[in-house]
Amino acid sequence: MLSYIIRRFIYMIFLLLTVSVVSFIIIQLPPGDWLTTYIAQLQASGTQVDQAIIDSLKQQYGLDLPLSQQYFKWIWNMIHGNFGFSFTLNKPVSTLLAERLPLTITISLFTTIFIYTVAIPIGIYSAIHQYSLADYSLTVVGYIGLAIPNFLLALILMLMFYQYFGVNIGGLFSPQYLDAPWSIAKFIDMLKHLPAPIIVAGTAGTAGLIRVMRGCLLDELQKQYVITARAKGLTERTLLFKYPVRVAVNPIISTIGWILPSLVSGQTITEIVLSLPTVGPLLVQSLMRQDMYLAGDIVMILGFLTVIGTFISDLLLVWIDPRIRYEKKGV
Amino acid sequence: MEGQKETSVEEKYYIASQWQLMWRKFIKNKLAIVGGAILAIFYFIAIFCEFFSTYDPYKRTKNMYCPPQRIHFFDDKEGFHLSPFVFGIKKELDIESLKMTYTEDKTNKYPIHFFVHGDKYKLWNLFEADIHLLGVEKPGVLFLFGTDELGRDLFSRNLYASRISLSIGLVGVALSFVLGCILGGISGYFGGATDMVIQRIIEFLLSIPTIPLWMALSAALPREWSSIKVYFGITIILSLIGWCSLARVVRGKLISLREEDFTIAAKVAGATDVRIIVRHLIPSFFSYLIVSLTLSVPSMILGETSLSFLGLGIRPPAISWGTLLQDAQRVEVVVLYPWILIPGLFVILTVLSFNFVGDSLRDAADPYK
Repeated sequence: MLSYIIRRFIYMIFLLLTVSVVSFIIIQLPPGDWLTTYIAQLQASGTQVDQAIIDSLKQQYGLDLPLSQQYFKWIWNMIHGNFGFSFTLNKPVSTLLAERLPLTITISLFTTIFIYTVAIPIGIYSAIHQYSLADYSLTVVGYIGLAIPNFLLALILMLMFYQYFGVNIGGLFSPQYLDAPWSIAKFIDMLKHLPAPIIVAGTAGTAGLIRVMRGCLLDELQKQYVITARAKGLTERTLLFKYPVRVAVNPIISTIGWILPSLVSGQTITEIVLSLPTVGPLLVQSLMRQDMYLAGDIVMILGFLTVIGTFISDLLLVWIDPRIRYEKKGV
Repeated sequence: MEGQKETSVEEKYYIASQWQLMWRKFIKNKLAIVGGAILAIFYFIAIFCEFFSTYDPYKRTKNMYCPPQRIHFFDDKEGFHLSPFVFGIKKELDIESLKMTYTEDKTNKYPIHFFVHGDKYKLWNLFEADIHLLGVEKPGVLFLFGTDELGRDLFSRNLYASRISLSIGLVGVALSFVLGCILGGISGYFGGATDMVIQRIIEFLLSIPTIPLWMALSAALPREWSSIKVYFGITIILSLIGWCSLARVVRGKLISLREEDFTIAAKVAGATDVRIIVRHLIPSFFSYLIVSLTLSVPSMILGETSLSFLGLGIRPPAISWGTLLQDAQRVEVVVLYPWILIPGLFVILTVLSFNFVGDSLRDAADPYK
């Protein structure tokens, strides 16, 4: 088992490195380096730019160096907490991320929990009541859930709340708490705003998982051990939760690996539409203004979150599924 | 003699080709048939969108945010009409909210005609014409889906948008198909170090969130690019990730087929690698490829729509469902003019249809089901 974990860990490091390279490429993508753009912006607004400042900035980011060395310099700075500087917002990227990242992680966490707590029971129910009216309607709802783009769902939800309750569910805090320091009241206020983004970001994932859970459980229910257990007189409930459900849940856990990327993906869009104070809107804003350091860092952080989340889910799988534990021992 | 000519149903089953069997299973699924029909209609309309649209999608009128007009068959005086008609529109400016309100002008009736002469257009940029499927006589107007803030007809805009949004799915999938087949084929057939590298790339691409990456890449497309260049740029960006799942299917199938007797026989007979792949291996899993392709179209369409919605995809003046939905970004606007959400309906219908068809094809392609 240990060797499995170590292997997964090395693999994670490799993925993290690749993510950072891709993010670095994104920073370099726009024509010309960002410093030129920045200086042009300053000059357009009438500010005189001192040659000394330009030189010191060039020095700091190593812009005269070849690309590969720039990359290492960039990584080196990052390890020391220097994530670069956002020129449009005039703040260090690390400050911006520190403000917004915790909320993004909170929403991802809650959404993942939401997806699993909703999808697994519904999937089980659908499988035991196969071809019933409820099963059919759940299937239809699932299909629609997969087909609606996240942003549209967010819009529709906002629209409904706005029309029927007269409240705007955008944002994560009520106006009076926006700039207030953290307090119990602010926290409760945030909890009230959380359901909307969680539901929106979680719908597609839930719909997909329900189908996986239903399919797996249906496969298991036909197997001989279920018949044996039933013949031995186990009650239907004990039988179900003791054997087939346990087996059927495994693929569900291992799907975190593909749920997480799509979740973060959908979440980004949801955040933008609901204008939450998280990294999603920041990303779109920075891309629009070609604030590439900020954009590249956000893409990298989101990638990191996903990769680390997947790693944790792998560990979870080892813990839950004894077959992996034993199988990997020999390898 | 009669009996010998007709093969019995059972015999037909045994001599049917794989494709015929698939087709038989496929048409048993009613949802898939409906989905297929919807897609066929959508694509047909998208191809001839100039003809099906009622107006020039860029033509501005003075009717800002006019709601969709109701099509009538009855009127108070004469009762039932065989041909549908619309009433004229009366607009009033609400001084307080500065909002235009539109009411039906019951005194003016405009029957809807078929094949009318209207705004000039160039079909596929080649043939000049001015025939539209539907239309009313001037000064009547026909806004089936209402108008947007510049008074442009949303019905026509939706049809033009479907051309871009629907084709981006197909072009993107075609690109992913080429990439997926080549890379998946190399990976599966040769194995070893190449396989390792390609598999790691695929896992990497599948393990990072797509939307932020797509956003970043499409934001890097130069601003001064023409619409058509941006279109292909976006398509390439979308297919950069789309090929992964296909490559996995190809690889998996190749690995299992590589060990089959017929492959070894071909190898012993001296066939080249390319010949074995193209003549023997690809035909035996082609059905799976089609399934995988059908199921990857929706994610492309959703991707394009989302990107354009955020202002990072297709850029105006080009019209796609995403750019149309951009107008719906503010709830306050949507509450007042809910018909600007209609493109969303098209997106949902298209994606649903593709999923139905794809799922049904998958079941049909599986010989064990």
